[in-house]
Amino acid sequence: MLAAIRRVQTWAERRLPALTRYKRTEPLPIVLHRRRVYIVPTAFGAAFTVLLLIMLVGALNYTNNAALMLTCLLGSATSASMLIAFRSLDGLKLTGIRQGQAIAGEPMAITLVFSGSGHAHLSVHADMNDQAEAFTVEAHGETLVSLQLDTHRRGWRPMPRIKLWSNWPLGLFHAWSWIHPDQSVLVWPHPETGGPPPVMPGDASQQQRLHQGEDIAALRAYRAGDPQRHIAWKHSARHDNLLVKDFEQPEAQEEWHLDWRQLAQLSPESRIERLARWLGEAETVGRPTSLWLPTEDISLGHGRSHYSHCMNALARMP
Amino acid sequence: MRLSLFRHRHQAPLERRPFDLLCITVTVVLGVHAPHLPAWFTLALAVMLGLRWWQRRQRPGRAPTYLKLSLLALLTAAVISHYSTIFGREPGAALVAGLLVLKVFETETPRDARVGAAFSCFALMTALLFDQGMVATVLVALGLLPALATLRALQPARPASSLPRELLPALKLLAASLPMALLAFIFVPRLSSPLWGAPNSTQGRTGLSADMSPGDFAELLLDDRPAMRVSFVGAPPPNQQRYFRAYVLSNYDGRTWNGSERNGTPGAVEHGPITQYTVTLEATGQRVLPALDVPLEAPTQASMSADREMRADRPVNDPLVYSLRSASSYRLQGQLSERERRRALQLPPGFDPQARALGQRWRAQYGANEAAIAQAAMTLFHDGGFSYTLAPAPLGRNTVDDFLFGTHEGFCEHYASSFVVLMRAAGIPARVVTGYQGGYWNSMGNYLLVRQADAHAWSEVWLPERGWVRMDPTAAVRPERVSQGSAAANAKATDWPPNQWWLSWRNRWDIVNQWWNQGVIGFDTMRQRGLLTPFGVNDTSVGMLGLLLAIGGSLFAVGGLLWAMWQRPEADRAHTSMRMLEKRLASAGVIRRHSEGPQHYFSRAARALPSQREQLEHLMRTYLELRYAHDEPPADLLKNFRQAARDFRPRRVVK
Repeated sequence: MLAAIRRVQTWAERRLPALTRYKRTEPLPIVLHRRRVYIVPTAFGAAFTVLLLIMLVGALNYTNNAALMLTCLLGSATSASMLIAFRSLDGLKLTGIRQGQAIAGEPMAITLVFSGSGHAHLSVHADMNDQAEAFTVEAHGETLVSLQLDTHRRGWRPMPRIKLWSNWPLGLFHAWSWIHPDQSVLVWPHPETGGPPPVMPGDASQQQRLHQGEDIAALRAYRAGDPQRHIAWKHSARHDNLLVKDFEQPEAQEEWHLDWRQLAQLSPESRIERLARWLGEAETVGRPTSLWLPTEDISLGHGRSHYSHCMNALARMP
Repeated sequence: MRLSLFRHRHQAPLERRPFDLLCITVTVVLGVHAPHLPAWFTLALAVMLGLRWWQRRQRPGRAPTYLKLSLLALLTAAVISHYSTIFGREPGAALVAGLLVLKVFETETPRDARVGAAFSCFALMTALLFDQGMVATVLVALGLLPALATLRALQPARPASSLPRELLPALKLLAASLPMALLAFIFVPRLSSPLWGAPNSTQGRTGLSADMSPGDFAELLLDDRPAMRVSFVGAPPPNQQRYFRAYVLSNYDGRTWNGSERNGTPGAVEHGPITQYTVTLEATGQRVLPALDVPLEAPTQASMSADREMRADRPVNDPLVYSLRSASSYRLQGQLSERERRRALQLPPGFDPQARALGQRWRAQYGANEAAIAQAAMTLFHDGGFSYTLAPAPLGRNTVDDFLFGTHEGFCEHYASSFVVLMRAAGIPARVVTGYQGGYWNSMGNYLLVRQADAHAWSEVWLPERGWVRMDPTAAVRPERVSQGSAAANAKATDWPPNQWWLSWRNRWDIVNQWWNQGVIGFDTMRQRGLLTPFGVNDTSVGMLGLLLAIGGSLFAVGGLLWAMWQRPEADRAHTSMRMLEKRLASAGVIRRHSEGPQHYFSRAARALPSQREQLEHLMRTYLELRYAHDEPPADLLKNFRQAARDFRPRRVVK
């Protein structure tokens, strides 16, 4: 019995890809149309049909034409609700997918951008990996639907199949369509939980250089009004104009020049995890970092976008 | 009570809006069932429903099981104590309404609300088993609105709207599905015989009853409900001849007149011209079929007694349509057998000595001239100081004596009863006939509307050579009763004369009920055939009807699908033309890529179709100007572009 069901299932999945979960991937935008929207009665719809049949037989048995008329009215209204169910999906368009940022193992916020056709799409659900979100798209409107995507490994994660369904308007019919966008989201590597800080070559000399005053961020050009005792005379002597010691600028963080090559003793994944941890630590304290990878060389920078840039590069590592 | 066949996933609690709608639905169900449920029962259910609504508003939560069980026991006990059974139509309806209210008590999840709404639809339908009039049907159909709105409100992420507006989409849905419903109604094959017994009505309906004692009609004569509608082939008979006989009553026990000969061949009748007519009888719960005096033969599924009283084979629990022929001038039973004669002369001993004495005195006075005796009685009623009233003084044991020599006031029953007693005392065979007299002629619908208030009782006396002759003593007292109908007679007889304008409006409006009764309630297998024959369909078997239903249903399905897939044409006409161009170019192999700009696309097209380069470049320039050069593009430019786009046909380059 079970084997037979499974055979039918495999056959259906092979022959009717649009009906089943094994829908092939397709590029955005994905528009739902009549060839890919399927409708079946819900359990409640089946029960309601039985109720209608009981009402029909009762009306016929008692030759009660008013009751028969009511039954016919209710029956045709509920059948018409099937068309409304279809219509709430028909023409719905998935125009874009926006990914959030997440390290492997954490759920990633995915935003699906749906846009409506000439009519409103009411009470549509998007199911992705056991989560569902109900939404409504106005006619010619746009709706953003947020879902959580679970992640396991760093790198490109293809978007899973998404089931769009609706029981609108009476919950008697279940209209659905599988979509499988040809898109992947980038998952950042998971940083290792603990380990040594980076060893910077010539740590001490860097400190020296700071005192010697070469290319230091803490010196800036003289502006009218700067007090005289702040002028760095020594440095100014080697320049065309006066330089001033800038006390208002926060204490400069020590720079980290992170380099793939320095971690030669580790396996590639461990290297990536360590670099990810260092990047994270640097990001929390606002330390400027640069990153050298075999695929990419990212120069010194700091801030959220720099961090994302570096993490993306790490995630993309082969 | 909850059928837990399956374990259900935990469900979110029900929102307030669907619960409110469900309560409205149940209120409507109680409303449509109220006319045939005891008032205290309806009231108790309404109070319970109100309490539940208030409780859930304060603090949501299911009613505890012990409360539900005790309420269920209470409900069953109430139904059994009132009806002494739980089977049958009325107890069933009471139970359905009660269970529905109990369902509301445990409604906390969307699933409960769904079940409640579906059950409400069933409960609404059962209300039509009691009254299938047009108003009732429309009210019940409107009761579907909150039920459908409840189901709709259970869907998540629906646009918010006010409570009355929630009903609007359901109304639209019902209106849109009305044509399909009519189609199904017409073509659904009817059962030739019921699958199980028809409900037997235990509820007494007011109407004519099989026996009569003076004063019985008082309530009936104020009852405005239609009793039947009669349409005639040819001209209707004049008002004075609109006597519809229902019961012929020969047996008298001093107070009550009842039954006559049930079986036996109908008395012979010689007749003059014949009137053909069709009667639409409202449900009476009885078997008698009123017929214009005097019917010649019984319709199918009915039989005629020896006294030409017609009885249907089954009680008339639903409106019934039957066609008949009657004669207005006739000689009924020229010969009277000895047994019949004895029966028509029988008087209970020990009652009404004065009336008997008067009858015997007349016999002595007029001798064998029986017509003169009858005339004397009519004269007595006319000149003896009698008055017509619907609220006569009560009568004692000797009802006829008290009425004739004491109170002098009464209505048709008193006159008919006394007249027959007088005739029998004088030795003339006589009997009481009850039925309807008069009616309102609806000239718009060409039918006669007979109301319960038109109930009437008159007498028949048997005269040698003439047979049974109708004598209406009420006409002697109040001629308007016969010439103008009961409304005119009752207008003065009751304290509150009904507004004439209102009466005439209501009589005119009745035509709609007539249509409803004939078109909808009377629609049966025969009508089905009659409707299809003009279209060349003579076979009305179940298979044929099923086929027609399927064809009609498919047509509606196609129409529905067209509606569902119809996309509103875009308001941007330049864009429409551009789309058309894209389609044509795509057929030539130049497919516009997602997010490809128009300039790039046109240049690509021009490279692919070098022979049409100039045309394409012109199109590109016009389109770009249309799109980007103006805030509001000039009309002639748009026209220009649309024309050029229409004319453009890509020519494939043969390489």
